[in-house]
Amino acid sequence: MSDDQVQVIDARLLSKHYGRYTAVDAVDVKIRRGEFWGLLGPNGAGKTTFLRMITGAIAPSSGSLRVLEYPVPAQARPMRRRIGVVPQLDNLDPDFSVIENLRTYAGYFGLSGPDLDTHIEGLLEFAALESKRDARISALSGGMQRRLSLVRALVNQPDLLILDEPTTGLDPQARQLMWQRLRELKSKGITVVLTTHYMEEAQRLCDRITIMDHGRLLDSASPSELIKRHIEPHVVEVYGDDAEAWHLGVGAGLADRSEQVGETWLYYALDEEPLVDALKASHGISYLHRPANLEDVFVKLTGRELREA
Amino acid sequence: MAVTWVQLLDSLRGGRWRAVWWRNFRVWQRLAGPAILGNFGEPLLYLLALGYGLGSFVGDMQGMRYIVFLASGIVVSSAMTTASFEGMYSAYTRMEVQRTWESILTTPLSVADVVFGEAVWGATKSVFSGVAILLVATVLGAVGDARAILVLPLVLLTGLCFASMSLVVTAVSRSYDFFLYYTTLVITPMLLIGGVFFPLDRMPQAIQIAAQGLPLTHAVALIRPLVIGTIPHHVALHLLVLGLYTLVPLMLAVRLVNRRMGG
Repeated sequence: MSDDQVQVIDARLLSKHYGRYTAVDAVDVKIRRGEFWGLLGPNGAGKTTFLRMITGAIAPSSGSLRVLEYPVPAQARPMRRRIGVVPQLDNLDPDFSVIENLRTYAGYFGLSGPDLDTHIEGLLEFAALESKRDARISALSGGMQRRLSLVRALVNQPDLLILDEPTTGLDPQARQLMWQRLRELKSKGITVVLTTHYMEEAQRLCDRITIMDHGRLLDSASPSELIKRHIEPHVVEVYGDDAEAWHLGVGAGLADRSEQVGETWLYYALDEEPLVDALKASHGISYLHRPANLEDVFVKLTGRELREA
Repeated sequence: MAVTWVQLLDSLRGGRWRAVWWRNFRVWQRLAGPAILGNFGEPLLYLLALGYGLGSFVGDMQGMRYIVFLASGIVVSSAMTTASFEGMYSAYTRMEVQRTWESILTTPLSVADVVFGEAVWGATKSVFSGVAILLVATVLGAVGDARAILVLPLVLLTGLCFASMSLVVTAVSRSYDFFLYYTTLVITPMLLIGGVFFPLDRMPQAIQIAAQGLPLTHAVALIRPLVIGTIPHHVALHLLVLGLYTLVPLMLAVRLVNRRMGG
């Protein structure tokens, strides 16, 4: 078996039930070494439960799971020596400074000494936190805290990095910096598992995306392949007061598929020309012509109803 | 229960719990000033006010000055309250508010490592307070002789016992308010009938029997003689009771925290 065929995560028919509620339902997942894998799904889809089974925090109800070739949860403790976890909500230690947070966390892996100090210096630089080394956590911005959480997860030089919504709540600048750092990690060959609600994030970073809902995996492919598989290449959005009249009079006949979302009509077409020409001719109609994207796929597969789990 | 036992033994053998202990110790160090002041100040005030104030009315108790009786009792009660409060309020903060345990459990540490590390930490704080009280009591002339130093390992055991018991309460707690049940229904009664402030022998028979079932009574029976300069009796029995009140809660806490964190 060649090196890149080694499965970092190998889940077979993995399920988790809470009483009669099924959080994760017979999931099969294989993640190759070096892959950047995105797990997308609405709130309550089962993503966090799945990740918590990966780290051995909760035991599966059935199925088998191997992470870095360790059977989990049986061998979860030694397996965790080789993974890094960035949790959904920061759980940095508020009683410690930035550098003490890293040293303390390294202590849980039994790491200390000059090699660790060198590694921590590199991590501070990577996180752009050198000037904050002695700052308390409460003195850090949200973006700084997230970056500290990221490098804390790298303190043991993990083979697998698990990121649960790493950029939720960050401003665009902080998010860009986070993406840049994640791309750097990817280029170093680290295997990454990412969950996110930001489609742009998933589309930019992930080699492969799996969409999950109601505990099941709906589809899995590269971002471009997913889009090609589910959505016509062109999307035209028509909105404004006259949109409905235009749809009934003209638009409905020009697209392969259309749907109404609020006050906007969405047209999906293999050939966008008839639509765009007609819209140009109908003065005063507001529209947007764009390529199909991951959000179109996500909404098509998981539906439009609001999830407030 | 067998699985829990294996986890606990594995934790003891692996020594990984020391990282949890070390983390708590480092935080304590940052705030050591007020903590040490409290360690010395409280027993000093109690011994002065009750030992001399109340002592002047009470006279001798069981053949010793009241301040001597009281000092040897406060070493034990303070081990109990220090470890209990650490195991409740402080541990709950780390578990629920700061989610420190959650972060630790994504490393190679197990729930047993966390629970045992916390219990030993609570016991360590009991020893800090025990040392302070012994020093204060020595200055006030309320310590028998040098054998009093032997109480420190017993204070550690007493602290371990009460830290473990309070961690069980913490594992099932939904808020800080819940701790009032345990404090009011368990800690305070034990403080009052455990023989800390007055001897049990003139209490009603039922209370004397009930007190024999409580860990604090046995800790007092071990520690008081050593502080005042005599030899404790029935050492094996007292150690056995304290040991059981440590091991059973420790296993229960590991089990309950496992369930809670695995939620």
